[in-house]
Amino acid sequence: MEQMLSLFVRSIFVDNMIFAFFLGMCSYLAVSKNVKTALGLGIAVTFVLLITVPVDYLLQTKVLGPDCIIEGVDLSFLSFILFIAVIAGMVQLVEMIVERFSPSLYAALGIFLPLIAVNCAIMGASLFMQQRIGMDPNSSQYIGGVGDAIVYALGSGVGWLLAIVALAAIREKMAYTDVPKPLQGLGITFITVGLMAMAFMCFSGLSI
Amino acid sequence: MSKLFSKENQEVFTGPLNLNNPVAVQVLGICSALAVTSQLEPSIVMGLSVTVITAFANVIISLLRKTIPNRIRIIVQLVVVATLVTLVSQILKAFAYDVSVQLSVYVGLIITNCILMGRLEAFAMQNGPWASFLDGIGSGLGYAWILVAVGFVRELLGAGTLLGFRIIPESFYVENGGCYVNNGMMTMPAMALIIVGCIIWAHRAYNDRKAK
Repeated sequence: MEQMLSLFVRSIFVDNMIFAFFLGMCSYLAVSKNVKTALGLGIAVTFVLLITVPVDYLLQTKVLGPDCIIEGVDLSFLSFILFIAVIAGMVQLVEMIVERFSPSLYAALGIFLPLIAVNCAIMGASLFMQQRIGMDPNSSQYIGGVGDAIVYALGSGVGWLLAIVALAAIREKMAYTDVPKPLQGLGITFITVGLMAMAFMCFSGLSI
Repeated sequence: MSKLFSKENQEVFTGPLNLNNPVAVQVLGICSALAVTSQLEPSIVMGLSVTVITAFANVIISLLRKTIPNRIRIIVQLVVVATLVTLVSQILKAFAYDVSVQLSVYVGLIITNCILMGRLEAFAMQNGPWASFLDGIGSGLGYAWILVAVGFVRELLGAGTLLGFRIIPESFYVENGGCYVNNGMMTMPAMALIIVGCIIWAHRAYNDRKAK
């Protein structure tokens, strides 16, 4: 339990998807113009993460790992294709569910809902999960079961959500400031994210 | 021959290098551009890998473009890209193991690099294989030069080396009686964002002035 809590907190603050690994940057920069849509996308990303990471964990340990299907054969080189297929399928499913049960959210997210499939944060979480299976079991980054995988997915999703909502809030305020013309828009956003990442660096020694 | 390098094709190739740069102007493929650039060598390897994958994915999709049903084109594109990325990842593991360890998950993340999907959707689905190939190489190199620029600054200021060779002499350092200290901030993730922000700033300022 303690290990799970530590994994959760670490994946929000220390191994933050945006500030430590720059994953999901494209939609992060594109959708962070106002807080409301940012929040919607953050929730959608967290939801997709929560489904895909545990599924990919089961695939990795039960199907792809060494000696899983055929004795002495390691199929993990197929992981890229299988993971992306799971993600694309799940996003399709989520899209259908959202469209059926909440048409207003569906309309608000628009093109960015299907684009979650190519959001690197989703694929990245699966690949980090794959890397962490082989880690030392005592490390606070170790993922040893479906429970750990779910906690890791939730933590990464919440971290991403936090980052995008924070940036959206800053950008809403920044609309009123006087920024040099060539720096406007993208340039200043990058520098803002850089400063936020610097602030998040102070969590790097955090442990529970 | 002259048809192969006609004016349109030259524009297709040179556009992404400057005015239509995928990183600085279109804001695509930022994730890996930031994450792998703490040293010069992984930046170069990453830039080349993306160039090769974009070029060949563009060619394959452009050859298949008339046969792919419109509804499932995203899945087909993802499968083609994932296959190419798996190949590149295995080649890197076999011939450049150290770099592939340094790049870690970011090789796999080329699949979700928006430059690839962007070029496949916007260009390869409408154009012939040769133009698509040039477009892929151009976009890849446009991405690569930004990576190399960021990697150059970060490795030089962060460690005083380039590609592992020492550029700033040992005798300049404080420990050896000099007056120079490496800027440790440069190796942190945060500085990558700020350097890319400054590159975009300079790039826009330069192109705005030229446009006037």
